[in-house]
Amino acid sequence: MSAREEIMAAVRANQPAGDFPLPETVVFPMDERGNRTEFFLHNLGVMGGSELYVVDGLESAVQSAFPDAAVIASAVPELQGNRDLSTVAEQADLHDVDVAVVRAVLAVGETGSVLLADSDIVVNSLVYLAQHLVVLVDPDDIVPGLQDAYLSPEFQQHAYLAFHSGPSATADIEGVLIHGAQGVRTLQVALIPRS
Amino acid sequence: MSLNHHLRHAEAASPEAIPDQQPREPQPRGAKVHGNHPVDHDEAAARFIAAPHHEHMHDSRLWDLRQQRDAQMHGIEEWEELREHASRVKSHTLANLGDYLEQFTAAAQANGVHVHWARDAAEHNQIVHSIMSDHGARSLIKSKSMLTEECGFREYMAGVGIEVIETDLGERIQQLDDEPPSHIVVPATHKLRTDVAQVFARTLGTDPNNSEVHYLAEQQREKTRPLILQADVGMTGANFAIAENGAIAVCTNEGNADLSANVPPLHIASIGIEKIIPRVADLGVFIRLLSRSALGSPITQYTSHFRGPRPGAEMHFVMVDNGRSERLGDETFWSSLKCIRCSACMNTCPVFRRSGGLSYGATYSGPIGLILDPTMNRRKYSKLPYASTLNGSCTNVCPVKINIHEQIFEWRKVMASEHQPAVAERAMMKAAGVVLSNPRAYRAAVAGADRALRVLPQFAVDIPLNPWATPGRETPQAPRETFHEWYRRTDGGRIDTELPASGEDGSGTEEDQG
Repeated sequence: MSAREEIMAAVRANQPAGDFPLPETVVFPMDERGNRTEFFLHNLGVMGGSELYVVDGLESAVQSAFPDAAVIASAVPELQGNRDLSTVAEQADLHDVDVAVVRAVLAVGETGSVLLADSDIVVNSLVYLAQHLVVLVDPDDIVPGLQDAYLSPEFQQHAYLAFHSGPSATADIEGVLIHGAQGVRTLQVALIPRS
Repeated sequence: MSLNHHLRHAEAASPEAIPDQQPREPQPRGAKVHGNHPVDHDEAAARFIAAPHHEHMHDSRLWDLRQQRDAQMHGIEEWEELREHASRVKSHTLANLGDYLEQFTAAAQANGVHVHWARDAAEHNQIVHSIMSDHGARSLIKSKSMLTEECGFREYMAGVGIEVIETDLGERIQQLDDEPPSHIVVPATHKLRTDVAQVFARTLGTDPNNSEVHYLAEQQREKTRPLILQADVGMTGANFAIAENGAIAVCTNEGNADLSANVPPLHIASIGIEKIIPRVADLGVFIRLLSRSALGSPITQYTSHFRGPRPGAEMHFVMVDNGRSERLGDETFWSSLKCIRCSACMNTCPVFRRSGGLSYGATYSGPIGLILDPTMNRRKYSKLPYASTLNGSCTNVCPVKINIHEQIFEWRKVMASEHQPAVAERAMMKAAGVVLSNPRAYRAAVAGADRALRVLPQFAVDIPLNPWATPGRETPQAPRETFHEWYRRTDGGRIDTELPASGEDGSGTEEDQG
């Protein structure tokens, strides 16, 4: 017997007997304190992220936030950047990116998360190898909670989808919080409606 | 050094450093493991307690995680309903695991994923090795996975000349120090920052006298990144495998699983067959529970969903049994397969907090380890079920409602029937002796024990499986608070306040500390 057949036979023989119905999924309402965008931004802050205020256009906001950035890779039409993502041969080639700019599929109020999809970030490694990450969120794309987010059809459509909730972090040494453990050191969200 | 003390996310508590000790307190090492000889937990625990700086940091750090977990729980009105849902989904899936495994692997294959099956640890390691050989791959980066620990994966790969690099900071520290993880979520939590400075100085060439945590973390980031960029293969575990769409979900705070999976051209995921859940929508419940239970943060920084390979890349799933299908048929212990590896039971356990994870001498430590390890090696882990006060706190915090303390007690029965009860009793009295000889540990244990008495069934005080009990005694009426608690509340009787009503006695699930 193959390993698969042997394991499946053992599993089927040993499955506990009894009545174990699959419960219906109940989506619990989220108390958004009257303002979904503020609720999202508050929880983004709890997770270590922050808002990038856009007054004079995205380009000037990014420039003033990262005056020393040499390589800016943009996956959004709102910003040009100086690294063409469409010609990246290897994922590792993006190791020198200072700032990555991408748009979120949706955002989650409950946890301050942004959901990033492979088709939108173009090169998956971009949002991990970059030193800093700027995510555009359309306020209309914010859903109340994680349970609402998981009802999105996006989960059936992409090979890769990731919730980012603030920047890369660790507290593996004595519980001391470090941002920029392996991935991005900062994550900022710019509230910009889809054009 | 600037620490942000206000953030309460990730694994973070940002406590002040314990001032460097001169001379430095050496890190206590774990249990001495000799083949299949029964691991002596209390011998190792006694050595951990004999290192007061380590013991204190470990205890307070994990207790802080437990308190943050409670704070999260209190913020969610439907918490108990979420636990109930998660528990029922897991029971349902395990009772129909054959069908769900078929559904999951068929969906994964339709997504372009190569699916492999491993009966045991050796087969798992050989499969990964052969995938690598087929591609001429020599180096592998990986994120933390308890399953690969269970399989002795790193040791096997070292034997066949393949370089394995752990990318999680805590796990990397443990790899460089040639120790297994001491905790399933924070693997190096038993180490002081000065211990880490010594390990990094010896292995990475950093400054041995600089134990500043930002410095140490930055050094690891800088030294690991080139290895990530050059690796041939990336490996991850899976927190959840979703039958409906054939995807896996992986949760990390560092983003290291995403680097491991996304940068190299080949992604291999090791998946325990019990990780399946039926629907994407169920993730909404499990992800809400997982990090809140583990670290007291609303969610991990990264929650990633891998459904298929990138264009030009390959994705392989290795479905691993390694004793799980057999445990599924065990009437008493099958529900331990519901475990989602959150570590809440470890953080709340007074024995774990004060003895350190390495004292268990096993892949899984703490309360969940006491019930998982004996299924893998009954003789070697025959003493572990005694490393518990049976206070029930582990059961109360478990997000999938495994009756952990009852299963620990059931294991004692198994061990007693197979071994000399005298051996069991002796092991228990030694464990008690370690706690009772330490005043602070004793006070915490008493507070926990009194409260637990209101919820414990009679079995927990039956002898000889619980030698802390006295023959012929019924469960006593427990006071609502200990003397120390009364003294703190009333400032030694100077403040005249009523003890707040606690509702129905014994219904409180979360406040008992140990």
